[in-house]
Amino acid sequence: MKKYEILKKKKLADNVHEYEIYAPLVAKNARPGQFIILRVDKEGERVPFTICGYDKKLGTIKILVQTLGYSTLKLSLKEEGDTLQDFVGPLGKPTDLSLYKNILLIGGGIGIAVIFPQASYLNSIDKKADVIIGARNRELLMYDGPLEKEAKNLYIMTDDGSYGEKGFVTAKLEELLKTKTYDVVMTVGPVMMMKAVCDITKKANIKTIISMNSIMVDGTGMCGCCRVTVDGKTKYACVDGPEFDGHKVDFLEQRERGAYYKEQEQEAYCKLTGEIHKHKENK
Amino acid sequence: MKERNKPRLQDPIERAKNFNEVNLGFDEETAVKEATRCLQCKKPFCVEGCPVGVNIPGFIERIYQRDFDGAAKILKGTNMLPAICGRVCPQEVQCESKCILGRKGESVAIGALERFVGDYSIRNAKQPSTKSVAKGKVAVVGSGPAGLTCAADCRARGLDVTIFESLHEPGGVLTYGIPEFRLPIDIVKSEIESLEKMGVKIELNVVIGKTIFIEELLATYDAVFLGSGAGLPIFLGMEGENLPGVYSANEYLTRVNLMGAYKEGAATPLVRGKVVAVVGAGNVAMDSARTALRLGAEKVMIVYRRSREEMPARREEIEHALEEGIEFLLLTNPVKILGQKHVEGMEVIKMELGDEDEKGRRRPIPIEGSNYNIECDQVIMAIGTNPNPLIVDSCPELKTGKNGVLVVDENLETSIKNVFAGGDAISGSATVIQAMGAGRRAAKSIIERLAQ
Ligand SMILES: Cc1cc2nc3c(=O)[nH]c(=O)nc-3n(C[C@H](O)[C@H](O)[C@H](O)COP(=O)(O)OP(=O)(O)OC[C@H]3O[C@@H](n4cnc5c(N)ncnc54)[C@H](O)[C@@H]3O)c2cc1C
Ligand SMILES: Cc1cc2nc3c(=O)[nH]c(=O)nc-3n(C[C@H](O)[C@H](O)[C@H](O)COP(=O)(O)OP(=O)(O)OC[C@H]3O[C@@H](n4cnc5c(N)ncnc54)[C@H](O)[C@@H]3O)c2cc1C
Ligand code: SF4
Ligand code: SF4
Ligand code: FES
Repeated sequence: MKKYEILKKKKLADNVHEYEIYAPLVAKNARPGQFIILRVDKEGERVPFTICGYDKKLGTIKILVQTLGYSTLKLSLKEEGDTLQDFVGPLGKPTDLSLYKNILLIGGGIGIAVIFPQASYLNSIDKKADVIIGARNRELLMYDGPLEKEAKNLYIMTDDGSYGEKGFVTAKLEELLKTKTYDVVMTVGPVMMMKAVCDITKKANIKTIISMNSIMVDGTGMCGCCRVTVDGKTKYACVDGPEFDGHKVDFLEQRERGAYYKEQEQEAYCKLTGEIHKHKENK
Repeated sequence: MKERNKPRLQDPIERAKNFNEVNLGFDEETAVKEATRCLQCKKPFCVEGCPVGVNIPGFIERIYQRDFDGAAKILKGTNMLPAICGRVCPQEVQCESKCILGRKGESVAIGALERFVGDYSIRNAKQPSTKSVAKGKVAVVGSGPAGLTCAADCRARGLDVTIFESLHEPGGVLTYGIPEFRLPIDIVKSEIESLEKMGVKIELNVVIGKTIFIEELLATYDAVFLGSGAGLPIFLGMEGENLPGVYSANEYLTRVNLMGAYKEGAATPLVRGKVVAVVGAGNVAMDSARTALRLGAEKVMIVYRRSREEMPARREEIEHALEEGIEFLLLTNPVKILGQKHVEGMEVIKMELGDEDEKGRRRPIPIEGSNYNIECDQVIMAIGTNPNPLIVDSCPELKTGKNGVLVVDENLETSIKNVFAGGDAISGSATVIQAMGAGRRAAKSIIERLAQ
């Protein structure tokens, strides 16, 4: 096995792939809630992904990647047996939900990838959590099968009702709160979804943990690109997080920071899809 | 007295548009000519000004004898990376400030001569010898000048050395911080290659404190050297500082240098500012400002709370920045950054200089009511860095002092036995030559320890 080799690649949903990567040093000290940063090739940018699973014996790390733009598209072109240029981690602080009793996990879209390892970890220590997952439609949903086993109760929501119940994860949250109590909610998904969840749990006075997917460069606290305002103070998502107390996070600032490179990203993405298209035509 | 010979420079108008090196150095004839200016003092004051005590008259004598290999040998006895130090040392406050010729006229161009020899020895690389004196395994954390020097010295004595670097390229600030127009990356690369040829192993993508813990290192290595630098950027904590468009200099320079964001079609994006304000006046600020200019900014301002005299940057960089058209807003301090969704400007306040502080620099005092706004669409904060707490957080037995610097004894050993440290990690951001000096001293301690 080569360093950073893709041992397995599996399609999980529309535009979502699961990869198992050979990186024994990363696997050795990995814990739930942490992430890695990779570069696809020599010219690549550094992009962060949550560690969705690890096998210390085999020396592998599992990541789930949604194809969104330039780097994730490039990654999606890699196949089993290919190697990645760089792969570093585990980064960030691990999250320990084992202190709590009644736990609710809420994952939206690719955020399901982040709550999955938490759910399976909680199951492994006999503390099964309730889980809500949501996506725009059935094709974008992932891990519903495996989560069925890991969760105490699994609630599936789609925007268009093509699978599970129709509606947003927040609708299910409000419904559950009518009859159940939780010590903690952990939610991961698009910034505005996490904000909506936090607005509800704040009123219900339930501690809520979010995972901040800020734009990052080094992932070790060296650049400050991943700044988040938490309780009026500047924190670095890569070293102080990625998890934070959701009731204290400035989500609107985060939304603007996340959009700063939109134009450049768009341009790079279009250029790459153009190249891939040409390449295919030539074949 | 003969005038000091000037190095060849790239034209300011041309160079403000490219990332090629600005200072082109001496050619052989000029170097020899400059070397003859040196008086070969019996009691050379210049040496006192050099933090590592380079035998300056010694190597200069070899230059005018045209024995460049001999010159390189003398230099490398104290300074492993002359091609780099010759380019980036603040000579005007170190060696050259003490040169006897400087009292009446212009000092010998020691830095430029050192660079000439360094470049010569890269072009005519000789395999450095390794002597097996000591036995043992050493882990070096960080591949900046401190780590590289420590690794080279340990390896030269026969030790088995592995460098662990968290980024995907070695070199530390030399690679991700100092821009190509001042220190071409090929120079750094060839120095690192010669280290690898000596048998030093380099493991990239390993974050000590995350990927591997210090106690794990101590289980496999006889000694550890921490040369992790001072990479944590300082912000002022003012309003608007987290608006998109506000960069730390570290982020800005890393995107450009390490990630190549200046190239067309680079994967790592960078928004190119039209009007850029850089806060600070050290080397880092000059590098950021001149980079912004090269990326097409119409106007770049240095905003500094003291006056020109107190600017900590190398004199050459300040002069080059001015020649290239960077504007200096002196005695001016930022108050807050303005903008709704991204940077639209900065509120600043005028300052005056008061009494001297403990370092002998006059303290800047805000002039009440003198606030005004400047327009800009990007702000780069270059007001300093502290050591990154990441390693210490994972290893609380490591004692730290003010601003998170690692505490070491006179042998550069930390509070953990067999763990040594040096460079910016123990001093806070300082200079390349000081980091190298510390790497060398730590190597000496390690070699002595392992010989026991
Ligand atoms: C700690 C952390 C953990 C993450 N875990 C995962 C994961 O497990 N699986 C996964 O698929 N993605 C994850 N992400 C997000 C992932 O890093 C981004 O999707 C990726 O960087 C996009 O790169 P790109 O070049 O393909 O797209 P880009 O062209 O950079 O972006 C495409 C679109 O995505 C948006 N975007 C850019 N960066 C981010 C970001 N960091 N987060 C959210 N949206 C972004 C852009 O605004 C743009 O609209 C994580 C991010 C962080 C910080
Ligand atoms: C933009 C800029 C311009 C400068 N200009 C000059 C100049 O002109 N002249 C001058 O003399 N000095 C200059 N300096 C200062 C000089 O570069 C530093 O003082 C010097 O590089 C310090 O060397 P170091 O080896 O201690 O640390 P660094 O060069 O910072 O290297 C530390 C290395 O350790 C790595 N690292 C950190 N933490 C870990 C970890 N946990 N695990 C593994 N690796 C880790 C880092 O990634 C980095 O590669 C400048 C600095 C900057 C930022
Ligand atoms: S190392 Fe720096 S200070 Fe010392 S002689 Fe060389 S240029 Fe001067
Ligand atoms: S002080 Fe100046 S003149 Fe004297 S030895 Fe040093 S460089 Fe030469
Ligand atoms: S990504 Fe650079 S500090 Fe967090």
